[in-house]
Amino acid sequence: MDRPDTPHTDEPLVAETQIERRSALAIWISRLEGPQTMGRGPVFWATAALVVLAAILYPLFSDPFAVGNSAYFMVWTFMAMGLGVVWGYTGALSFGQTAFFGLAGYAYGVLTINFGAAYGFTWIALMISVALGGLFAMLIGYFMFYGRIKGVFVGIVTLSVTLVLETFMAQTAGPQWRIGEARLNGFNGMSGMPPLTIPWPGGDVLLYPGVGLYYVLLAMVVLCYLGLRMLLNAPFGNVLVAIRENPERAEMLGYDTRAYQMLSFALGGALAGLSGALYTAWGQYITPSSMGLTAAALPIVWVAVGGRRDITATLLGTLAVLFAFQLLTVYGSQYALIVMGALLLFTVLLTPEGLIATAMRWLGRLVGRAKR
Amino acid sequence: MTEILSVSKLNKKFGGVTVANDIDFTLHAGTMHCLIGPNGAGKSTFFRLILGEHAPDSGTILFRGADITRLRSFERIRRGISVKFQVPGIFKALSVRQNLDVAFQHHLHGHNLSSTVKRVVEFTNLEAEVETPAGALSHGQQQWLEIGMAVGVEPTLLLLDEPTAGMSPDETRKTGEMLHDLNQRGITILAVEHDMAFVEQIATQVTVLHFGRIFAEGTIAEIIDHPGVQDIYLGGSDE
Repeated sequence: MDRPDTPHTDEPLVAETQIERRSALAIWISRLEGPQTMGRGPVFWATAALVVLAAILYPLFSDPFAVGNSAYFMVWTFMAMGLGVVWGYTGALSFGQTAFFGLAGYAYGVLTINFGAAYGFTWIALMISVALGGLFAMLIGYFMFYGRIKGVFVGIVTLSVTLVLETFMAQTAGPQWRIGEARLNGFNGMSGMPPLTIPWPGGDVLLYPGVGLYYVLLAMVVLCYLGLRMLLNAPFGNVLVAIRENPERAEMLGYDTRAYQMLSFALGGALAGLSGALYTAWGQYITPSSMGLTAAALPIVWVAVGGRRDITATLLGTLAVLFAFQLLTVYGSQYALIVMGALLLFTVLLTPEGLIATAMRWLGRLVGRAKR
Repeated sequence: MTEILSVSKLNKKFGGVTVANDIDFTLHAGTMHCLIGPNGAGKSTFFRLILGEHAPDSGTILFRGADITRLRSFERIRRGISVKFQVPGIFKALSVRQNLDVAFQHHLHGHNLSSTVKRVVEFTNLEAEVETPAGALSHGQQQWLEIGMAVGVEPTLLLLDEPTAGMSPDETRKTGEMLHDLNQRGITILAVEHDMAFVEQIATQVTVLHFGRIFAEGTIAEIIDHPGVQDIYLGGSDE
């Protein structure tokens, strides 16, 4: 048959398998850049390095209270990045990340009150709490995604879960509500657990809000951010985005879409759990209101305003909104919440991709034009 | 000739409406087989039953001799069935390259992945649009992209639901040539199609569905001459 445009060849369409020569480490490092994350090339990475350097030097030029405050902001970024993965990349709007935040926060309290902080146990408690957050999310995700729940109903189910947990924890005031030595304490919440503690010859280092905790959290944020970039640019991240765009097509390419959705949700739950456990360690308290309606809504605002479909925009947006929220809270917390609501409306109506993501896109275009 | 797909006594009802009525159907390896029939005949439902999107009320589906009746969709795809939907099932926000990456990364990595993407891009005439978001392609190009995504997973059976819907005559002709090429590469093709000129261009065998049951089967010439098919589908006999 006449075939002027695509002449037939006997070459197979699928390339014959050749052995990959690059090491696994090289492959993973190459995934720091890719189709699912904004920012590539020397200019981007030089800017990122400068930002991290400025963050490292910041405590030298600031008072300990401000540094402790900055540590507080960083505590929340893990939950925001996790929500970015679940909502922005996988397309499932979870309104209940605070359920996993609260569960892990309480778990850290129960574990450290019972077993203390000696021999670095606070870090083990942190890891167990994160794992609990992830496993609980996996369980909820299993019933949701294998039960064919999607769209707005994911938001309703997850919001219900966090509100049920809040209600349950708020009625645990009686003395019978204890796990070992740890009293759950109802509406007033738990307190008295130790902060993160680094075992050190000559005396443990206690990471109270201040410079030490700031640096530990900075390192964790950087590692988590880079790790998520690599994961999202890996085949796993590509499949998540494919499911967000067209789940039926993704399944018809041979992917078990429900398993991917459940794993993404578990990752988001583990990251929310990391925020929860760190929050408890930071302030040495946790209350049921951390799982309430207001607490559940705020991560949505951070992620939407920054840009849910890019992890860098999510991270920067969360830090910016938290900073702005605290500045406004000086004038009254209800007032600050109204401004947050207005900011969300403004974003949804004018820059649905998110303020930071839109700004980054414009900046990228400008740099591109300047290069040409 | 080897049977690649064998469907027996397949039944499906939605409420009181029978959409698959005791369907017995055999597809031989290496053929290009078209399913035709009036709107509502059950063609797309039959596809969805083969793909596992709908569970049959009774009956069995054998693919390459193995019973796949109870397998989930992605498990059937992994066994060698691939599909192109009527409405282009592409990832519109992703570029052509990213669409193909997602389609092939299941079994290809690194150099093997990139060289396969390059070959499929050439095969589907999309070299100039490789970094273009798929949603910005013309309708015909979107259809070709989806065919590319479907064949890169090395299927033995390719299901096409109205592959030329909305295409220009030139795009339709090119699509026909593309399918012949794929068939020569060893892929068995089963297509639902309304355009009889296109059916004549590609089909070696034709099956007519009517009210969820098989009404007629044969070569294209036999089907065109079939008086019953003329009455129900082809607009009546001139005689």
